[in-house]
Amino acid sequence: MGELIAKTPCEGLLPLNVGAISLHEVDAGAIYSVTPFKGHREALSQVLKSAHGMTCPAANRATGKAGARAIWFGHSAIMLVGPTPDASLFEHAAIVDQSDAWAVVRLEGAGAEDVLARLVPVDLRPAHFKRGHTARSLLFHMTASITPVGDTAFQIMVFRSMVGSLVHDLKRAMEGVAARG
Amino acid sequence: MRISCPHCGERDRREFYYRGAAVDLERPAPDAGEAAWDDFVYLRDNPAGVTRELWYHEGGCGAWIVVTRDTVTHDMLGSELASEVSA
Repeated sequence: MGELIAKTPCEGLLPLNVGAISLHEVDAGAIYSVTPFKGHREALSQVLKSAHGMTCPAANRATGKAGARAIWFGHSAIMLVGPTPDASLFEHAAIVDQSDAWAVVRLEGAGAEDVLARLVPVDLRPAHFKRGHTARSLLFHMTASITPVGDTAFQIMVFRSMVGSLVHDLKRAMEGVAARG
Repeated sequence: MRISCPHCGERDRREFYYRGAAVDLERPAPDAGEAAWDDFVYLRDNPAGVTRELWYHEGGCGAWIVVTRDTVTHDMLGSELASEVSA
C-alpha cells in the first residue's frame, strides 16, 4: 500500500480574504459527539468539569474556551471539540469520534455577521448572539453549527463532504457584503 | 411561516421537515384489528382550524416536535418535543 498523505478538509480552498473579512480553516483538534445517557446529564456535567474544565452546555449554549469547547449540537447532543475525551466520560454518555467528519472554519472581521445574515435564517447580530451562545441552523442549504468565538469571529462547522459548497456560499456572501462598501 | 422549536425558539419554516398529522404518537397495538390499522394508516382529518402535526427540525437541533397550529388563522398555538409527549 502506498504512503497515505492526510489532507485537511479545506485544503486548496482556504484561506480566503474578501474586503475586511477573512475565512480560515481551523485545526480544532479532536471532535467527539457526546450524547448523555438518560438521567446521566448532571453526572456527565460533573466529570466533564473535572476532566476538561467545562460543564455541559444548555440548549443554544457553548462552554469552555479556545482549544477545549463543549458545543450544544442539537437535541440531547454535545460536541466536544479539542481534547480527546477522558475515560470517565464514557460511563455517562455515548461517545463517538467524529474528528474526520467535520470541517471547522473561522469567519472573522468587522461585519462578519452581515455575511452570515445573507445565508443563515437566524439573527446572529452581537446584540442577540454573544460569546457563550451557539446555534444549529442552516447555512444556505446545509445544516451548520455556528458559534461566536470573538467579538467579530464565528466558528462554523459543517459536514466535511460539504466544504466545497460552504466555501462557495461564504465567498459569494463575502463578495456581496464587500461590494456594498 | 415561522415555527417555534422548544429548544431553538422561533425559527424559519425552511428549517423544518413536515411529517403530517401527529397520529404516529398514538400507534395502535399490533393486534388492534383491521379497522384501527386502516384508520391509523389511511384516514386523516382535514380540519379547518386547530391541527396537531409532527415536524422535524432538520436544519436545526434535529428534534421531532409536535406543533399545534390553526390552519384558518395561521396562529401557532404551541409546540412540544415529541420525545416528551410520547414518554
